[in-house]
This record gives sequence, C-alpha cells and structure tokens, in this order.
Amino acid sequence: MTTWPILSVVTFLPVIGAVAIYLTRDDDEAARRNARWIALWTTLVTFAVSLILVWRFDAASADFQFVEKANWLASGITYHMGVDGISLPFVILTTALMPFCIIASWKSVTVRVREYMMAFLFLETLMVGTFSALDLVLFYLFFEGGLIPMFLIIGVWGGPRRVYASFKFFLYTLLGSVLMLLAIMALYWNAGTTDIPTLMNTAVPRSLQTWAWLAFFASFAVKMPMWPVHTWLPDAHVEAPTAGSVILAAILLKMGGYGFLRFSLPMFPLASHDFAPLVFSLSVIAIVYTSLVALMQEDIKKLIAYSSVAHMGFVTMGIFAATTQGVAGGVFQMVSHGIVSGALFLCVGIVYDRMHTREIAAYGGLVNRMPLYAMVFMVFTMANVGLPGTSGFVGEFMTLLGTFKVSIPTATFATLGVILSAAYALWLYRKVVFGALTKPSLASIKDLTWRESLTLMPLVFLTILFGVYPKPVLDMSAASVQQLVNNYNAAVTAVKAAALVAQ
Amino acid sequence: MVQAIVFLPLLGAILAGLIALFGAHARNPSGDEVEHHDHGHHDHGDHAHASAAHDDHGHGDHGHDDHHVSEPPAQGSRAAELITTGLLMISALLSWIVLVDVGFQHHDYRIALFPWINSGDLQVSWALRVDTLTAVMLVVVNTVSSLVHLYSIGYMDEDPHRPRFFGYLSLFTFAMLMLVTADNLVQLFFGWEGVGLASYLLIGFWYQKPSANAAAIKAFVVNRVGDFGFALGIFAVYMLLKTTDFETIFAGAQGLTGKTINFFGWNADALTLICLLLFMGAMGKSAQFLLHTWLPDAMEGPTPVSALIHAATMVTAGVFMVARLSPLFELAPNAQAVVMFFGATTAFFAATVGLVQNDIKRIVAYSTCSQLGYMFVAMGAGAYSVGIFHLFTHAFFKALLFLGSGSVIYAMHHEQDIRNMGGLWRKIPYTYAVMVIGTLALTGFPLTAGYFSKDAIIESAYVAHNPFAYYGFAMTVAAAGLTSFYSWRLIFKTFHGEPHDQHHYEAAHEAPLWILIPIGILAAGSILAGYPFKEVFAGHGVEEFFRESLKMHPHIIDEMHHIPKTIAWLPTVMMAIGLYISYVFYIRRPYIPVQLAREHPMLYQFLLNKWYFDELYDLIFVRPTKWLGRFLWKKGDGFVIDGFGPDGVSARVLDVTRNVVKIQTGYLYHYAFAMLIGVAGLITWFMFGLGGQ
Repeated sequence: MTTWPILSVVTFLPVIGAVAIYLTRDDDEAARRNARWIALWTTLVTFAVSLILVWRFDAASADFQFVEKANWLASGITYHMGVDGISLPFVILTTALMPFCIIASWKSVTVRVREYMMAFLFLETLMVGTFSALDLVLFYLFFEGGLIPMFLIIGVWGGPRRVYASFKFFLYTLLGSVLMLLAIMALYWNAGTTDIPTLMNTAVPRSLQTWAWLAFFASFAVKMPMWPVHTWLPDAHVEAPTAGSVILAAILLKMGGYGFLRFSLPMFPLASHDFAPLVFSLSVIAIVYTSLVALMQEDIKKLIAYSSVAHMGFVTMGIFAATTQGVAGGVFQMVSHGIVSGALFLCVGIVYDRMHTREIAAYGGLVNRMPLYAMVFMVFTMANVGLPGTSGFVGEFMTLLGTFKVSIPTATFATLGVILSAAYALWLYRKVVFGALTKPSLASIKDLTWRESLTLMPLVFLTILFGVYPKPVLDMSAASVQQLVNNYNAAVTAVKAAALVAQ
Repeated sequence: MVQAIVFLPLLGAILAGLIALFGAHARNPSGDEVEHHDHGHHDHGDHAHASAAHDDHGHGDHGHDDHHVSEPPAQGSRAAELITTGLLMISALLSWIVLVDVGFQHHDYRIALFPWINSGDLQVSWALRVDTLTAVMLVVVNTVSSLVHLYSIGYMDEDPHRPRFFGYLSLFTFAMLMLVTADNLVQLFFGWEGVGLASYLLIGFWYQKPSANAAAIKAFVVNRVGDFGFALGIFAVYMLLKTTDFETIFAGAQGLTGKTINFFGWNADALTLICLLLFMGAMGKSAQFLLHTWLPDAMEGPTPVSALIHAATMVTAGVFMVARLSPLFELAPNAQAVVMFFGATTAFFAATVGLVQNDIKRIVAYSTCSQLGYMFVAMGAGAYSVGIFHLFTHAFFKALLFLGSGSVIYAMHHEQDIRNMGGLWRKIPYTYAVMVIGTLALTGFPLTAGYFSKDAIIESAYVAHNPFAYYGFAMTVAAAGLTSFYSWRLIFKTFHGEPHDQHHYEAAHEAPLWILIPIGILAAGSILAGYPFKEVFAGHGVEEFFRESLKMHPHIIDEMHHIPKTIAWLPTVMMAIGLYISYVFYIRRPYIPVQLAREHPMLYQFLLNKWYFDELYDLIFVRPTKWLGRFLWKKGDGFVIDGFGPDGVSARVLDVTRNVVKIQTGYLYHYAFAMLIGVAGLITWFMFGLGGQ
C-alpha cells in the first residue's frame, strides 16, 4: 500500500527540525527568528504529511494501517508502528495543534527561544510516537520520554512557582510509570513478546489481568488525570507557559484515555469489567467534585484546569461503560476537548500576555475593548458548557448515553455536571468579559491581532463544524471502536457463560 | 419552502453578526501590548486591582433600563436591521402559506438534511418535520418575531449596538425554528439549548449592567436544571427503544407499557419515568413552579426580548414539547397528573405574586408564568390542542402587552415602576387603546381571543380524567379572577388616576410608527385569533386539523361541550369580579389597597417577595454549593490529597534527608560500618542469585 514509511516520517520530522534549530548556533535576534520560523515550518510540514494519513486511511477496516516493522532489541521487542481508528485522531490532533502552539509562543517567549522550540519539536515526536507505537517498550519510551520536554517547558519557561509545579508533575507521573513498567515486564514474561497487536489477541490469565490492570491504571489515571490524583494538573497548568498548557490539556491528558483504550480494555477485559464500578465512581466524583471546586477558583487557568478534569471524567466513564456510544463518545470527547481546552488556554494566554496576571478579579469588561476576543471566548465557553451545535456537546452526550445503558446512577450523577459546568463557565465569562470596563489597568487593552486571530479562528471553525457535523471523526474511529467493544463483550460473556457452566 | 423558513433567519443572524463584529473590531484597536499611561498605578499591582473589583459592585447599579447612549451607533446598523427584519418577514409570510398547506390541505413535510451523530445503533440526523402542530408554531414564532424585529427598529433606536441585537434576535428565531421542526429528541434538544443561549445573550444584552449579567446566568443555569431531566429522559428513551426519532418512538411506545426501569432502587414505570424526566425540561424552559425563578429576572433584557422570548415563543417551548410527545404522555396517566398539578399550581401561584408587583414588566412576566400554567393544565387533561390554542392566542396578546408596556416605558423615558405613572391615557391614547385590548384578551373578556382559549382550558380541566382535575379546575378559576384583578390594576395605575411623576408625565409622548404598527397588528390578532380558530383548536375540527401530530385524550373535546352552563360561565364571572374589585381598589377607593397592605404585612411581604423562593434557593442551593466548592478545594484538594500525597511525601523525604544529615557524623567508622553492611548484602545476593546457575 504505502511505499514509504509515512508514519515514521510524521513521527521523526520534528526531530529533524529540532536538529536544524540546534545547528543555528548564534543566539541573537536573527537566530531566534530563524528558530521560530524553522519550528513553524516543521510543524506545518508535519501536519501536511499527517494529512496524507487521513487521506489514505481506510475507515472501514479495524486493522492497524501504515504498519512498519523492523527488528530492534532482543527477541520479541521490535520497532513496530501503525495506527488504527482510535489512534489516528490523536495523531492528527497532535500535528494539527502544534503549529498553533508555535504561533502562540511567537512573541510571548523571549528567552532561550531555540531551546524552547527544540523542546516543543521533541515533544511532538514523542507524542506522535506514543499514539502510533505498536510495541510496549517503544510505547513506554515515547510515553515516558514526553515527560522530559514537558518537565523542562514548565520548569524553565513557567511562572513563579514553576519548580514546585514541575516536580509535582514529574513525581506524580513518574510514580505511575514505574508501576506500568513492572506490568509491561510481567506481560513480556507471560507472552514472550511486547508486540501490542499480538498481546491484544493473547488471553491474559485472570490474576495477572487484575494486577496488570491496576498497574496500567495507576499510570493512566495520573495522566488523565482522574480524581484523586489530579492535583498536579491545576498547578502544572498555572505555571506552564501558554503553549505548554495547550499541549498539556489538549494532548498529554489524552494519553491516559488512549492508554485505557489501547491496553486496559483490549488486553484486560475481565479486569476492566471488574473494576468498572471503581472507574465509574471515580469519574462521577471527578465530574461533580472538580466542577464544584472550579466554581470557587480565583485564577482563570486553574478554573479551566479543573474543568478539564471534569471533562476527562466523562471520557473515563464512557470508555469503561464499554458500549459503542460510550467508547466512541470517549474518543470524540477527547478530540473535542483537545480543540476546546487548547483554545481556552490560548484565550487565557492572550490576556495574560497583555496584563501579566491570571487573576479573575483583575479583569472585567473586556468586551468593551475586545469585541472579537469576546466573541471567540464565548464560542469556546459554550463548547466547554457542552452546548449542542458545538463539539463539546457531541462527546458529552454520547458518553452519557452510552453509560446510561450500563449504569443509570453513574449517568445521572454525571449529568449533574451539565448544570455545574454552565455555572462555572458562565461565571468566569461574566467576571472576565462582561461588565463595565472600570479598571484603569485595562483601559488601554487592545483587541486580537492578526497573529492571534490566526490561532483562534480555525479552532472556532472546527468547534462548530464538529458540533454540527461530527461524522469525519466518528467515522474514522467507528470500525476500531466497534471491534474493541465486540471483543470486550465476547470476553466478558465467555467468562460469564463459563461461570454458569461451573455452577 | 420549509428550508427557507428555517434558514433565512440564520442567514440574517450571520449577516447581522458579521456587521456587528467587523464594526466593533474596527472601532477598537487591536494589538498585543498594553500602553500604561500612568506608571504610578502600575506599581500598586494586585491591590489596585482588588479595590477596583470592589468598587465595581458599588456604583455598578444604575437605574433601570438605563443604558449609556454616549457611544455612537454602530456602523451598518440600519443595514443589519433591514436585512434581518426583511428576511424574517419573508419567513413569516411563508409560514402562513405552510400552515394552510399543512393544516387544511394535509401536506405534511419531512425533509432530511444530513446526518449528525451516528454511532452503532444511534442514528441522529438533521431533519425538518412539519405537521400541523409545527405549522402552528411556525406561524406563531415567525409572526411575532417579525413584528418584534420591526418594533425593535423603533425601540432600540438610541442603542449603539443594534447590529448585535438584531443578530441575536434572528439567531434566537432560528434556534426556535429548529426546535419546532425537530424530527428527533436530540434536534429538539439542540433548539432547546439554542434558544437558551439566545435568551442568555439577550437578557445580558446590556452587559455593563451587573443585574442583567446576573439575570442572564440565572436564566441559563436554572434552565440547565431542567435540561438535566430532559437529557436523562432522552437517555432513557434511547435505552429502551434504541432510537431518538419521534416516529419510531411513538410506534414503540405502546410496547413499553408495563415495563419498569430501576431508577435508584425505585422500580419506576418506564413511561411515567420518561415523561416525568422530559417534563422536568419543560418546567425549566416554561418557568413552571419551582423552576420559575429565572423568568421575572429575565425582564432585565430589552423589552422586545421579553415580548418575543419570555412571552410568546421560547417559554412556550415546554408546552410544545409536551404536545409533541403527546403519544407518550397519553400512555402515562401518572405523569399527566403531575403535569396538571404543576400547571395548576403555577397558574395560581404566579397570579398571586402578580397582584402586588410594581414593575410593569414584572407584572406581565408573572402573568406569563401563570398563563403557561394554564397551558400545562390543558396538557395534563389530555386536551393538547386546547393548550396549543392558548399558546397561539397568548402569543398575540402577551406580546402585545409586553410591546405596549415597552411603548409606555419608551414614553416615560425608561421608567418602569407603575407607582410613578398614572393618567397616561391622555398622553398616549393609542398605546392605551391597545393595552386595553391586550388586557381584555388576557382576562378572557367575551369574544376576544383569550376568552375562547382560556375558557376551553378551564372546561377541559373540569372534565379531565385526572386525580388533579378538580384541583386544576379550582386553581385556574381562582387564577382567572386574580388575572383580571392584576391586569386591570396595571391599566388603572398606569393610565388612569393622577400622574405621580409630573416631570415624566409632561414629557411623555407617543412612540414612532416602527413601534405603533406592530402593536396595532398584534392588537388585531388579540381579537381575531380566537373565534375563527375555535373549531380547529377546541371544537370538532381538531381531528381533521391536527391529525397525527397530536394524540388527544379520546372524548375530551366532546365532554367539554357537555358541561353545565354554570361551569362554563364561571371564568367569565370571575373575570368580572376581578375587574370590579380592581376598579374599586384603584379608581374609586385607592386607599383600600394601602390599608390592606398595612393590615396584613405578613401576607403582603410574602407576595411581594415572590413567596421567598429566591431567598430559599439561595439558602438551600447556592450557598451550600459555594461552601462545598470551597471546602473541597481547600480541604479536599489542598489538605487531604496534597497533604497526604505529593506535599506530604516530599515533606517526609525532607525529614528523612534531615535525619540522614544527622547520620553524617563525620566519623569514619560510621561510614565503614555502613559500607560493610552494603558489601555483605551484595555478596549474599551474588551467592544466592548467581550461584544457582
């Protein structure tokens, strides 16, 4: 089918860009400008190449496509890449959002520009790699490797408490990873391979399923993040630079959800079934608890960070409902949240660049001087609230619909999030945008520039497009989701039948 | 044609929105740096910000409806007005054609547009469905909306943000049209939330007023409480029937009788539960008892908005929804009982509050709330066409009353308190005349539109086979008297007696033609919308007119025609009594109401404060939620999770480090001893670990 290793090209193109930036050794204004342009062009070309994936992808097939395989380490550990309908949306999401991040950092990052751009390009490689790796060891390398550039981005270019935040972020995620590494070793001893497609078709003994599930869960739950291991996220977001927040919310959080879909559900269906009530409880707590906490925030970024946790609660709930709509809704919700939360953080970045504060009380009445900004922010606020016609609704609706069939109490409590999200999002909007512009510090604030409009308008378009016509994303993932759900149900029914026979 | 009806308003909204956006952007410079003129202030930093925030609350509360007019009007205002109004007029005209086509010539439409949410067996599409019920709604929505557009050209002529206003109005109309043409529950929900958004934007149109912003959020959030139920209702329907399409739902509904859903341990009858959940949505949108608190506050919006959204169209969406789902409700008599109970309670409750209010718009708002209760009584009785009849007539006379009030407010330079009015009939006779017509229709004066529809509702309650039938009957009859009293009180205090504010009175003048023409048309509608439509809505023509679009309770129309004469006359008698008492109180002996209020301070305060619902909700919902949010944040996240999690761990690590530092005593033998233990451990591991190989 493909004659050239297209997936590897998408994955490693950013590294080439990073090397190119490294080669421009000077550190004067010209070099900084070059670094920005190289980074921008690299991400744009990467995005363009990744669109070939969309174009050539066969949505009717649930198999892995664009597969590349090469011997790598010891027996059973290979360089194995490929995407299916569940991972491709995330690959595209990553490549699509990177140019926005570069543009958003154009003026706000002024120190160590080269290193900053290199960190982002390395991060892109690692993120795309995470979503397209088909070997556990390879996956683990990409997955954990992503921590390092993010740690640096927060720790070097972050706000005043960046060191605390970056260490909190690092410790939390590392702790989860160590457990996952143990589980990966256990799986290797069990099956003799770390090849993901093979493992997906290998029945794992029930006792191992339980432990491996818990170990993977520890890692993904932190990434997601699920309650009660979410407290690193608000701190990390608050301290991260704008583009860092965008990537964190839009892509890095999705790795947790992707992990559940790629490993927990297909490899440990029985354990997933057993632990579903636990996940439901944690998801519902996340939705209600963090929405309540979001209501009382005084920092714009923290509020949006908490709302992210709540929205990810819908994802975990939908995934472990293991119904077609629940899982497909989970995938869609992640894509949608990637767009919307990314855009919201861009919006915060825009006023932060002007005023250098994220305190809600420092704003008010922006609409009087920034009408365009007010409109854009309104669209994303409504998407965050889950208004039908925006992409936020489709994901929320499908996950709730899919969960209701499985657990009515879970879906009912989760639907409370619909009320609370309206309360906190509109409250934020009112405090920041509406009202009379009375604060002298805001008197000379100016509306969006062309550069800023360029980062936001495409996202406005996508938010509404996917709200009205979500078919492109849903169709892309439909076959893989269906297969995942079918296999899961087959495994669970088989065990139930066996239990009946045994009685 | 149907596509044109629905999408022309959207086109208008987009065009007006673009005009507003580009205009506003052109007026405000763009740039990503802030010039700090006064560096002294900059140094104060956060403290200055905080104090400014407090000031905001202090002087933010300007007088009512007082918007700043110093700003120059937006460019392209007139273009935006003409585009949106023109497109709406075309839509309105086409709607009447469609009504004739569908209602009388029996051509239903079902137009599939494109797929929306497809996943597994969930198949939701965008589609336009027009049957008689929808056609009636199309006429109501587009007629009132086009008149309100026209009216707004005059009413908003001093506002600098007209393109935005007209954009919002058209956006609302589009959402409302999507709502009434929905072919499945999800599209209904889309329209439902879409009108909610437009309502939010329009209530908060004067975004510099803190009270308007608060009212806008309240409207949205309270509606979301209802939507919580609506959404669960959709999920439950889908769980049982694997579809959200109306046709399939109605076809499968019969098979659901006797099925149960385990809802939190309660084995609920499936149909009853579904209907109750969906009705919860209707309660929110139609401001029914318990979820009504947002509607009076919504009067913060400009008056044309109140007329269009909070009287004629959006608030009737709940009634429309119940009528649309009549095949489900007919199978769930318990749910119908609940509908009737809430409708009757609202009709009475809102009327009592309306008795003592002093803000002209709030009186009309409570009246709306009460009339919506009437419509739900008809829904509960199974006389859906009768409820829709009242919806139809109410749209005319209530829009008229709001727009007439707007004309009064316009004449009085944004004065809304009826205590400051009086004697106005000499100054604005035209407005006076139409307001009297609206009041006659609202109170059910014989041969006006409201007379036919309201009496039919009371009759349907009387004959209903419903545990709350007599309750519904008693409440609606009582409310008829109260309605008459407060409506005439409004007229008498506004237009009769002596002027209370000479200054405003002198300056009062009739509004321009932009305003007078629409209210004239609505006044005509308030009289004519009744009799000609009596047969098709509440007579023997119902079957043939509505056909499949409504599933009426069998025989209810027949039984309504065979009630005792005394019962049939009762509402009219109540109307006359209310009118008489009002006349005595406010024309003949104006000291009586003052005296009454003084003698019964408890009752008066209770009514004046709207049964203390706002205070109660603040106490049991708002404050605990805020407290809980803060508690979970500071104690849950801050103390428990972080305290025992990362911060605790790092603190322990520091403790350990400190102890390790203590161990570093500097004595060589300590190190030697430690090393020895290490070496011993290593050797042991090699011996046992590798020795086996």
